Amino acid sequence: MLALERRAERSVAAAILSPLIAVVLTLVTMAALFAILGHSPLAALKVYFLDPLTDAYSLQEIAVKATPLTMIAVGLSLCYLANVWNIGAEGQFLIGAVCGSWLAIKTQGTDVGAWVLPAMLVLGALGGALWALIPAVAKVRFGASEILTSLMLVYVADLLLDYLARGPWRDPNGFNFPTSVDFDPVATVPTLIEGSRLHAGALIALVVVAAAWLVLGRTIKGFEIRVVGAAPRAARFAGFDAQRLAVLTFLVSGALAGLAGIIEVAGPVGHLQPNFSPGYGFTAIIVAFLGRLNPVGILIAALFLALTFIGGEGAQISMKLPLDLTRVFQGILLFYVLACDSLILYRIRFVSSRKVAADGAR
Amino acid sequence: MGLVEAIILSVLAASTPLLIAATGELVAERSGVLNLGVEGMMIMGAACGFAGAYATGSTLIGTVCGIVAGMALAAVFAALTLGLAVNQVATGLALTILGVGLSGLIGAGFVGQRIVPAPHLDIPYLTSLPVVGRILFGQDAYVYLSILLVVGVWRFLYSTRAGLVVRAVGDNHASAHALGYPVLRIRFLAVLFGGACAGLAGAYLSLAYTPFFIAGMTAGRGWIALALVVFASWRPWRLVAGAYLFGAVTILQFHAQGAGLPIPPQLMASLPYLATVIVLVLISSRRGIAGAAAPASLGLAFVPDR
Repeated sequence: MLALERRAERSVAAAILSPLIAVVLTLVTMAALFAILGHSPLAALKVYFLDPLTDAYSLQEIAVKATPLTMIAVGLSLCYLANVWNIGAEGQFLIGAVCGSWLAIKTQGTDVGAWVLPAMLVLGALGGALWALIPAVAKVRFGASEILTSLMLVYVADLLLDYLARGPWRDPNGFNFPTSVDFDPVATVPTLIEGSRLHAGALIALVVVAAAWLVLGRTIKGFEIRVVGAAPRAARFAGFDAQRLAVLTFLVSGALAGLAGIIEVAGPVGHLQPNFSPGYGFTAIIVAFLGRLNPVGILIAALFLALTFIGGEGAQISMKLPLDLTRVFQGILLFYVLACDSLILYRIRFVSSRKVAADGAR
Repeated sequence: MGLVEAIILSVLAASTPLLIAATGELVAERSGVLNLGVEGMMIMGAACGFAGAYATGSTLIGTVCGIVAGMALAAVFAALTLGLAVNQVATGLALTILGVGLSGLIGAGFVGQRIVPAPHLDIPYLTSLPVVGRILFGQDAYVYLSILLVVGVWRFLYSTRAGLVVRAVGDNHASAHALGYPVLRIRFLAVLFGGACAGLAGAYLSLAYTPFFIAGMTAGRGWIALALVVFASWRPWRLVAGAYLFGAVTILQFHAQGAGLPIPPQLMASLPYLATVIVLVLISSRRGIAGAAAPASLGLAFVPDR
């Protein structure tokens, strides 16, 4: 029979190889799935993973979609490193968008200065952080599972956004469409290249990655986060306060998700509307793990997952493949990533059942 | 039919999937495995259950399809968390993401189709009794099954040797292993049972509750079922109270809308989720930070040393 055996030391080669192996295994599984659905596996894989890389528009779109994924996933990685399970980033993302949009909608059509966009970004980050504070306080003050509370608040945030966009914040001249007014140019994230959708948010995402890399690798706080997550007992002896750290990581990840939310609304979308997020907050969980909870790894993983969003849209148009396939792909990918991660810690050994019995008898 | 009777009937119908899924998850958690994939297993149960019933015209075969789908996903979860000792929280999330995607893929061909809903019990005279007749003797098979399931799990956990072993494995896997119990095999069976129940709960949604399938029709019920297990302090009977309470909150929104109350429908729709957060906070704070009622080995990976 097969048995797991803990490795004496962590294999560095496996740490780098494991996400790559996971991606390859996912591609093989997807090829099989394409064949089952009656499509040529190679042609489908090409539409999914190669075609988006061949034209300038798709490449920019990948960067646009990788922006929120990176920002949210970096925040989540801090939580997961500290063994805090914030899975409600989608809700924090939506609330950030709502809070920032409030200012844009209230000042729309007035003659406000250039301060309005920075103020919106601050409001977005604050909104996301406050939304994340609810499960954080529920966890450290009352001992309620942050997994369930943070997830429940996603549904609440979604309904709140729906209410605002269809009710009080709906554009009165919008032909009854459930969207707010289009934001003024001063309340819009500027684009990097004239006439493209690539916006300054991508630069902010890069800054976030660099900052997280510095904090995790070069500061006491970063060390604290990793010790609390990996060795809670050692952290207690060292006097690290796990409760405060849980609140802090929740606040930071909520703020980053909220910031990503308002950047998304004030950037590529341009107004507030229900369902403007294709589930970035949930996909970011996969990004965080695929990037091995490392800021640079997350950046690469976000670009890859963004590629699957674009590829999925392309496959829907050109091959009539359902959009749900992208989600299936993401789920399978996360399974393989987790399974391969386990091989960094353990090796699988073949143990004869007679030896097991003998050991049991001893 | 009076208003009270109508409300009780709709609360029973809304509570049943929560009760079934939560009962299954309770057994898995009692063995020490936290499977966060209930939502994914449930929606797959709904999609496969509907597909099976649509293809064969039989509610029973559809139900079996739903159960098998839930068990299949649970087996994948078990292979990773038990076989490879992968983190249970992350794997459960992956299971939900996969289940939601796969159900959309499978169910895409069935959206807009209708089937004959599961039949309701009809006993002459008894079912037509005033007030209590429909409530006690006019339900579909799932409602009775959900109660039987709770009784069965309660008897199993507290009155049988096997149930004692399951609880021992969940409370201290190292000791159970030292006593010679096959920890991983017991957990595997418990997780499969949880998957079967989640699949059954999903099949109920698409075969009886709303006899059609739409993408995302579980709408967070799997997550609420997970919260119910905490609410019930991992005890089967308290699940019944919790499930009916949440069913009532869910139904409240429809009756409030029907009564023409000037409350935004989105606020009413968010009530079950808000209630879950509030209840979790209240329950957890009363029990203290330690969460003494939870199985001590819940969520911890077990790798037997040889």
